[in-house]
Amino acid sequence: MESLVQHLSARWSLGPWGQELLAAAAILLVAALVFVVALTYAGIITWVERRVAGRTQSRVGPNRVGPFGFLQWLADGAKMILKEDVIPAQADGPMFRLAPYACMLGVFTAFVSVPFGQLLIAADLNVGILFLLAITSLVVVGVLMAGWASNNKWSLLGGVRSAAQIVSYELPAGLAVLVVVLGAGSLSMQDIVRAQGGAPWNWFVFRDPFCLVAFFLYFTAAVAEGNRTPFDLPEAESELVAGYNTEYSGIRFGGFFLGEFANIYLLSAIATSLFLGGWQVPGVSPAEQAGSVWLQLLGFAIFFAKAWALVFVVVWLRWTLPRLRVDQLMGLCYRYLIPLAFACLLGTSLLLLAVVPGSALDLGLRLGTTGLGALGGALFAWRVAHHIRRAGDRVSLDVLQRGARGAFDPAWQTRRYGAFRKAARGQEER
Amino acid sequence: MSAAGDRPIIEAGPEGGFALGPLDGLLNLARKHSLWYLLFGTACCAIELMQTGGPRADADRFGFLFRPTPRQADVLILAGTITYRMASRIRRLHEQMAEPRYVIAMGSCANTGGLFQGSYSVVKGGDLIVPVDVYIPGCPPRPEALLEGLMLLQQKVEREPYLRKIRGELPLPADPWPAGKECKE
Repeated sequence: MESLVQHLSARWSLGPWGQELLAAAAILLVAALVFVVALTYAGIITWVERRVAGRTQSRVGPNRVGPFGFLQWLADGAKMILKEDVIPAQADGPMFRLAPYACMLGVFTAFVSVPFGQLLIAADLNVGILFLLAITSLVVVGVLMAGWASNNKWSLLGGVRSAAQIVSYELPAGLAVLVVVLGAGSLSMQDIVRAQGGAPWNWFVFRDPFCLVAFFLYFTAAVAEGNRTPFDLPEAESELVAGYNTEYSGIRFGGFFLGEFANIYLLSAIATSLFLGGWQVPGVSPAEQAGSVWLQLLGFAIFFAKAWALVFVVVWLRWTLPRLRVDQLMGLCYRYLIPLAFACLLGTSLLLLAVVPGSALDLGLRLGTTGLGALGGALFAWRVAHHIRRAGDRVSLDVLQRGARGAFDPAWQTRRYGAFRKAARGQEER
Repeated sequence: MSAAGDRPIIEAGPEGGFALGPLDGLLNLARKHSLWYLLFGTACCAIELMQTGGPRADADRFGFLFRPTPRQADVLILAGTITYRMASRIRRLHEQMAEPRYVIAMGSCANTGGLFQGSYSVVKGGDLIVPVDVYIPGCPPRPEALLEGLMLLQQKVEREPYLRKIRGELPLPADPWPAGKECKE
């Protein structure tokens, strides 16, 4: 970008002031672009979330606005802008107004140093991952401000819970990131991606068994930091009306909402670049990739696919798992995740000392861990397939009409779900 | 969209002519597909309200999402019998909702007091405390009926001259339980 600015200023023969202005304009343009991309992703994730929720609960999900309801997020956004912006009389006005911006700032600024592609990064900071961990902590400030300024007991409880949770879960997340930083020898996001390869056994997640554990540690901690189910205690609607955003209406609530959903993409993107090889194309070196536009696009597509697969997993977790209790949440963090993260750090350090990079032992370790991961994945897929075979894919909703003699039959309802599916095929003898 | 087509593009406002017809239509199209309802029920109709969000009726198809807090809700569904004790709470919930807000009276009790009309403690209709947009008959209405009510509300929202509406002009019914007269709890 700097070279482009220099080229343009030379071409238009701008003075030093004009050059500064041009640079500022270019920075603003890039910032606006990053913001728009992050907003769009956040909006699309709300749609993905509602569609996946529908599928999980044997429903359909939004399907009236656009194809498959795809434009639902635009309708919701337009409505939220048009809603009245209520500021309670007893609330602390300036702080109440400011809180959503702090939340959005924390998440959207982080998008600046996410490597979407080899050249698609707004700012490749040499302390990239540290910056990401630090700037996302700004969300805590916003959440606490919202909870305090609302002057509402539910908001305050939600804000305090959220702050405790985010601060606690930053420890295992940071330690898991440290495992990767040890391997890459750099804090820059691009250097970390470059230290990996395109093939799965060159990814950091499969470098050794400790890294595999560190990946799951990071993912769990990041989901908890994003206040997502099963860790969505700050917004538990059965206890705290809506947590820290109880008093927020209209687009101020939309700010929190978009921040939360952009955070899902952010955590998936960080996990992809730290552990899953980022934009690396299998069989192509970074130098080769830099030379070809098509390989660049392919790298971006690969990053996109991996990140969205992780987004899907986060959404899937939300609609599958029940919410934890507060003490369980803290116990999980301090009694299990943090000791495990320290063990991973120690193990990786020892392996780094013992195993020469590029040796046969190193390759064997990588291939073995990849096999372990593949085995785990296959086992999981097999169990899922088994349950679908046994219980059916969707619950039959016509259960009341399918009695033995065409009448309501309570015995019919108490059967296991697989029976409905067989009955639908007309194979059930009764 | 058809609602926007019915109106002239240039309309005279209090300060002169301005063109808002098509924009109104576009905004209303967004608004009508994003009516979030409040998770609130006073009696047995609330069971049917929960069912409306379930797999069989699936209100989410139309963009009707539940919100647990009145600040973020657009629609207040009066689901069930309203007692005098509850009336002031419902009034307060309605006041806590952000404009533009709508109310659906679901079932006989919320319409007229229904089965308990003769009771000393039951409000004879939700429209005595909050302005109601759609009435749904039934005791209780089935989820399909509630869905139809919500779709009728969509039609109403679609036809609203949103940008030209003067907010707060809708008079609220007289407070049946004025402050200072509240009974001790």
